[in-house]
Amino acid sequence: MENTNAKPKREVVVPGDLLDDKELRPGSGTYVQDGKLYSSLLGVKSIRSNYVNVIPLSGRYLPQTADTVVGKIIDIGPSNWLVDINAPYPAPLHVNEVPWRVEFGDTARFLNVGDVIMAKILMMDETNKIQVTMNESGMRKLQGGHVIQVSYSKVPRVIGKGGSMIQMIKNMTDCRVFVGQNGMIWIEGELDNILVASKAIEMIDEEAQASNLTDRVKEYLERNAPAEGQ
Amino acid sequence: MDSDIVMVDDKGKRVDGREANDLRPMKIEAGVLPNADGSAYLEIGKNKVLAAVYGPRECHPRHLQDPTKAIVQCKYNMQSYSVSDRKRPGPDRRSAEISKIISEALESVILTELFPRASIDVYIEIMQANAGTRCAGLTAASVALADAGMPMRDLVPSVAVGKADGKLLLDLNKEEDNFGEADLPLAIIPKTDEVVLLQMDGHMTKEEFDSAMKTGVAACHEIYEMQKDALRRRYSVGEEEEVEE
Amino acid sequence: MSRSVVSEIRRNHINELLRKGARMDGRGPLELRDISVETGVIDTAEGSARVRYGDTEVMAGVKMAIGTPFPDTPDKGVLTTSMELIPMAHPDFESGPPGGDAIELARVVDRGIRESGMVDVEKLCISAGEEVWMCFLDIYALNYDGNLFDAAALALVSALKTAMAPASNFDKGEDFPLPISCLPVTVTVAKIENTLIVDPTFDEDMVSSARLTVTTDENGDIRAMQKGKSGSFTVDEISEIVDLAREKGEEIRKIIG
Repeated sequence: MENTNAKPKREVVVPGDLLDDKELRPGSGTYVQDGKLYSSLLGVKSIRSNYVNVIPLSGRYLPQTADTVVGKIIDIGPSNWLVDINAPYPAPLHVNEVPWRVEFGDTARFLNVGDVIMAKILMMDETNKIQVTMNESGMRKLQGGHVIQVSYSKVPRVIGKGGSMIQMIKNMTDCRVFVGQNGMIWIEGELDNILVASKAIEMIDEEAQASNLTDRVKEYLERNAPAEGQ
Repeated sequence: MDSDIVMVDDKGKRVDGREANDLRPMKIEAGVLPNADGSAYLEIGKNKVLAAVYGPRECHPRHLQDPTKAIVQCKYNMQSYSVSDRKRPGPDRRSAEISKIISEALESVILTELFPRASIDVYIEIMQANAGTRCAGLTAASVALADAGMPMRDLVPSVAVGKADGKLLLDLNKEEDNFGEADLPLAIIPKTDEVVLLQMDGHMTKEEFDSAMKTGVAACHEIYEMQKDALRRRYSVGEEEEVEE
Repeated sequence: MSRSVVSEIRRNHINELLRKGARMDGRGPLELRDISVETGVIDTAEGSARVRYGDTEVMAGVKMAIGTPFPDTPDKGVLTTSMELIPMAHPDFESGPPGGDAIELARVVDRGIRESGMVDVEKLCISAGEEVWMCFLDIYALNYDGNLFDAAALALVSALKTAMAPASNFDKGEDFPLPISCLPVTVTVAKIENTLIVDPTFDEDMVSSARLTVTTDENGDIRAMQKGKSGSFTVDEISEIVDLAREKGEEIRKIIG
């Protein structure tokens, strides 16, 4: 990043900051009062096709329909499970939403407390009632490997532009990595490689604001990852 | 006042060298506790305050849930060694009252309707007290809320204006408070100057009150700048690489 | 501390790593986290300390006042220890009076200090049967990531070591440093499968089957112990843990001097 002019400093705004008083339209993380547009979040101001958005720098995951998430079973009922997806509310998973035929009261035989699953947000209604489903291709109970948690707002950094960051981590550590939209990440591979991959992802989580992040993660991986082609 | 204790000398200086409308030195740091969703540490004069936010999260006990919005539950607590005579640990009537008015002040800015049935839990711990702890706690709590990514209309700066030696003095310290004749803690939404916390005890004329309000509101704007600065410092952004949004 | 659930995957990962002698945060089984101790942080306390074991953070404060001694110890000062697991420190901690966990913590920390004779309580007698110094030792967990026993004990020992009795406030002569005779240090060892680890994190605490907390003095003698959780230790393991506690205790004692 020799040319600092090429990438303008992004503006950090706090709740109550004036974003626009002219013609822009309110996007996410904003509110309007007396015809003026203000930030409702601590975040980064971003203008896209006449909309002002504030991209959060912290905060809990807010489910969006069709997001793929990694979650943990925290409770079991006779016809459903309760999944912690790091959102303000636990998400119910109904027996009709799993790829198995589950008799009433037989739920624990399929998924138990502490099990980790990959699931899709089926819906999130206006009262924030969430439902998740495993009736989609690829959704399943996860086994083996390691699960780590990064803050939800760092997920885009972990993925990188066009998936570049996560692809680099996968390639250089020879691990399978699945990043849930909710910030829970599943990593599978050789034990030593899992440690390197988790450390790299933790680095992104902690230093997301730092410049040259890609280079730093790359350097870390080069120093610690197994030689390529092994 | 027939006491021979002088709170303001003939040059207008207070016991700690401040002018009447000076705040005590203040320091705010955001994001100091790893477990909480958001947190802040604040010092003003000899006050040392920690604030932490958990949530929005499932509301316990369930009967407190509101189907239309999140509830804001603040717990203000004075640690036992924070005062000169040890305070017995645990809640008391004073902290229950302060917790309630701080909850209400914070609720006025949080977009609670975005999180029906949820709870937003705010914990304020006074580690060292030297007058003005409720204001310090509220100021820290609103920074912690923003740090937690809470959607809110604005931050809530808070300060007290007191009266000692017959003069209006901003942000009384313990010594001044002990001999004070009145105390007026307040908090505002800076963008509109709406007052969201107000208490008063002691004795003030209407003219003194009007003047105290003016001083307090102006000081809140000063504190507001420090709150914003603490949040920006925590998340100062370098030259960003582009990311998927 | 019951609501959290450690995922099966995490549990297996911790086990698998330990079988290879490794831990999630990169430590070896017998390695402590970074420990930091700040004393004199609270002006209103007679002594205070803020201690961090990795992400675990506790604050201890000593307050003193004059009171009447217990009838059975008329010539001894009084020590009272309390521990508050405030909801700020962890999502599982709830408001309310101290529960079993907090009371156990306070009592174990208290035993280490009382039984080692760290504070010379006889020197805290002002007038036998009438006036003695009362020491209120209050500990608050600020952030919980495992091993509160050791962090709380170290915070309190550091606070006591630096405490000044406020005699002048009570017209009892000049302020004086609290009479300290030794420095007890507490080390907790947890058992995961068949591996012993020191200074467990929250996840390791959750996954472990048993823990043993041992307080030793600078002679390496044992001053207090507490076994916790539903698992068990063999007699040989316990002997090994005591040796570990002596060795690690020496390491920690160097930090507080």
